[in-house]
Amino acid sequence: MTRTPKQGRPSWVIARTDLRQLLQARDFWLPLMIVALLFFVIIPTFLLLILGSVKDANLAKKLSDVVGSLPKDLQAKVHGQKGPASASYALAVYLFAPLAIIVPLTVSSAVGAHTIVGERERGSGEFLAHSPATERQIYLGKLMASLIPGYFTAAMGFLLYSLVVNLIVGPKLGGWFFPTTNWWVLMLWVLPPFIALALAVILAISARVSSAAAAQQASALATLPLIVIAYGVSSNTLFRGMGTAFAIGGLAWCGAIFALWRASKAVSRERLLGMGAT
Amino acid sequence: MVMAPETGSAVALAGVRRTFGDVLAVDDLTFEVPRGTVTVLLGPNGAGKTTVVRLVTGALHAHGGTVRTLGLDPEVDTEGTEIRRRCGVVPARPALYDRLSGTDNLEYAAALFQVHPGLVQSRVADAAQRFGISDALHLKVGGYSTGMRARLALARAVLHEPDLLLLDEPTAGLDPESARTVLGLIDEMAEDGKTVLMCTHLLLEAEGLADQVVVMDHGRAMVSGSPRELTRQYWPAARVILDADDPAVLDAARALPFVRAYERNGVALVDLERETDVPDLVDALVGAGARLTRVEPQAPSLEQLYFAIRRENAPS
Repeated sequence: MTRTPKQGRPSWVIARTDLRQLLQARDFWLPLMIVALLFFVIIPTFLLLILGSVKDANLAKKLSDVVGSLPKDLQAKVHGQKGPASASYALAVYLFAPLAIIVPLTVSSAVGAHTIVGERERGSGEFLAHSPATERQIYLGKLMASLIPGYFTAAMGFLLYSLVVNLIVGPKLGGWFFPTTNWWVLMLWVLPPFIALALAVILAISARVSSAAAAQQASALATLPLIVIAYGVSSNTLFRGMGTAFAIGGLAWCGAIFALWRASKAVSRERLLGMGAT
Repeated sequence: MVMAPETGSAVALAGVRRTFGDVLAVDDLTFEVPRGTVTVLLGPNGAGKTTVVRLVTGALHAHGGTVRTLGLDPEVDTEGTEIRRRCGVVPARPALYDRLSGTDNLEYAAALFQVHPGLVQSRVADAAQRFGISDALHLKVGGYSTGMRARLALARAVLHEPDLLLLDEPTAGLDPESARTVLGLIDEMAEDGKTVLMCTHLLLEAEGLADQVVVMDHGRAMVSGSPRELTRQYWPAARVILDADDPAVLDAARALPFVRAYERNGVALVDLERETDVPDLVDALVGAGARLTRVEPQAPSLEQLYFAIRRENAPS
């Protein structure tokens, strides 16, 4: 069967080709997928099953105390009166929230760190530098190719995590309850700008350094504070009201747009050719 | 859409300068590439040849002077894009995507260089057939030999039917047989009327291909012109190789008034004032009792010419 090639905007052509290469690089994406599965499925399943099977009265009391450590307004929202069921709810809805940001951020960072410096290392940056694609189109292509795996991981992880939570905790709370409204806000409003913000930093680094290893190191260093912030933000999005969530998301969007605009200037033909790398 | 004037040279560089930090890569470089010709940039490693290719497509900006490619200015954004769409470049490293198949690499280039989707399949098939890689197109490029990679890079460069081909050391790392095949393919493209600018430090590559030679060193063009012009300028009017039953008799040539230089090391090498002096030389030597076994007027190889030029232009 023959495939009819599609013509598209150069940025999409670049992104599509990068994604195709990523799919071919099983040694690269398989560990990342294992990490995602571990955090979105395996660990939550394990912990929620353990919590659900607690029979010991003392342990059940301690778990109730865990719920008691949540802010007062949240305690009122926690379903179930006492013991393992309420603790499972609290764990599912509030305590796993940072994973929603950290895992996709890690995936996007890993892809983004290689994207420009990788072209230079392979020598294929020369091909792009001599192509009719503009520097802006090349940057957009690289950005899309790094964002899509992160968002895809977030979406798939969210879906699987919702299934796990609803299947394990749902029956004890009278039916499927996840995602809650705050989780929707977290996933659709707060998470996307944080991934974009991190990628803006990483792409700017990837355009400047001379090797993929250096990009990986520098990116890890640069994204660490972002991960810490993301951790706090994701918890706050869920712990506090919708107003706070929208405000945090709005600020993150402003920061992301500014950072993406700044990073676009880092990608140039000269850098694709290996000039100006440090 | 930028409309480019189709007259004049395909490439025109005037007083071009480019530095990398403190290093002067190209210095006051001036030369032109006429349309439909093959121009060869000759020079040692570090002469600035690769920088010239990058300046021509606008991948690098000049720090001084003017560059015009296909009548357009690569410094202007829209014109630079148009130039790159109409150029095919084979870099010194093939710059391929190893994880993708040959077909994927070619289709990527076709999409990026805006080949009409309806034409892509036939262009890919034609280019693959022309460069002898049809059977390997479905394989990942990471498994290709150096020769196949060079062929794929060439196929990719011509896929969008460029007006100007820029080849940077196209046979680097190839075995003699593959190098010969690649040069044959370049020759074919030149015969099809393509304008070709080729960089090389291998003089044998340029032999027979070049309509024009630009000899570069330290970022400057030492000389430029057709091989015939350069021969006229840098080579004695006529050089003849002579041999005889008794080579010692040939030494009589040294005293002849039209002989500029004489050297005997096994055979005799005689530089004459004019080509028309050859019959007089033969007459004189026969008159001196020589039984000539070899009289061979010699045209210089590009290699000989290149070293003659470098000798002439060497700093005193």
